[in-house]
Amino acid sequence: MTPLSFVLLVAAISFVAGLLGSLLGLGGGMIVVPALTLLLGIDIRLAIGASIISVIATSSGAAAAYVRDRLANLRVAMFLELGTTAGAITGAWIAGLLHPRWLFVLFGTILGYSAVAMLRPRPRDVVRHHGETRLAHRLRLHSSYFDDAQGHEVVYEPARPILGLGLMYVAGIVSGLLGIGSGALKVPAMDLAMELPIKVSTATSNFMIGVTAAASAGLYFARGQIDPFVAAPVAIGVLLGAFVGSKLLSRLGRRTLRVTFVIVLIAVSVQMLFRGIRG
Amino acid sequence: MSGIPEHEPRWVDTAISRLLRTGVVASMAVVFLGLVLTFVHHPQYVRSTSALGRLTDAGAVYPQAIGAVLAQVRQGRGQAIVMLGLLLLIATPVARVAFSILAFALERDRLYAAITTVVLLLLFLSFVLGAAG
Repeated sequence: MTPLSFVLLVAAISFVAGLLGSLLGLGGGMIVVPALTLLLGIDIRLAIGASIISVIATSSGAAAAYVRDRLANLRVAMFLELGTTAGAITGAWIAGLLHPRWLFVLFGTILGYSAVAMLRPRPRDVVRHHGETRLAHRLRLHSSYFDDAQGHEVVYEPARPILGLGLMYVAGIVSGLLGIGSGALKVPAMDLAMELPIKVSTATSNFMIGVTAAASAGLYFARGQIDPFVAAPVAIGVLLGAFVGSKLLSRLGRRTLRVTFVIVLIAVSVQMLFRGIRG
Repeated sequence: MSGIPEHEPRWVDTAISRLLRTGVVASMAVVFLGLVLTFVHHPQYVRSTSALGRLTDAGAVYPQAIGAVLAQVRQGRGQAIVMLGLLLLIATPVARVAFSILAFALERDRLYAAITTVVLLLLFLSFVLGAAG
């Protein structure tokens, strides 16, 4: 393969990964890293470095829209970013100490978990009455958003901010280790632990992912894991794929299609695990 | 709970939204330009298959410090321009955080100006740590 055909092939694969990631709500990184390593035999450390770059591009693009629509809660985001950035630095630092085989094993595990999590029915917004926590109040985390489906303003106040911060630290570690956005961990932390409305959780998670990824990208860059011949086509491909995916309005709601993808993703995660165990 | 929903002022939302969008579009344009220049400067990358292993090996050496990237950009090296674009992309969320500090300070929100400053320091720490390790 010539460098030019390599770059074009990586861009094409990344486009598909970005498209699927956006349609499935998984994020491009989850798909692009296995594709680059298993299909093209690219070193997993370079694949992770390229993936973290694409995560910044897609999440910043998506966040721009969420912030404009006022769904993302900026205070919650800033507060929780204390946890995600610290976690991302920890994760990216640990990744430098691990043998690449461990990265395959960890990636396979997280991919498997995320695939299975996709089968869970989407949580519905219910009005919850919980005891107000004093810290959340002092941090002024409460806010409101206009719900299109309900046709009125929904006021909410988050619970358990310290638990949320701790879970975000863990989500940050996973993001920094594997070069993924780890929205699959951030959203449940906000939805279940902090009892935020799911729309706010999703938008705020997306908003935080860019900053989280930037924290580990700094380390990856300085360590030489950002290869322009891999990272450039991945970033452009995933971004364009995700953009097209967001325009395809008919989100993959049909259960059969979703289940098919989950099976494929589980098969990929098993392959990643094998690759890590066998070396 | 006070019952009064607290929102950031509209101008903050709009400015952050614009900042993110501009950062992504501008950085991707620089990356693309750098990629094109790389192939223009190295015609053998279009025809020959021998260079690929060297370019995409884990041991391939690219500038890893901001100063080194800028020095090579001045020489017009395509790969350095790609790296500059990628750095601009990494800088986009960092700029968003820096802007948020300013916005919170203007709103006289000391608590959040402080929280956001800590996040910004963590982001700088990541570059320092990577360079040190």
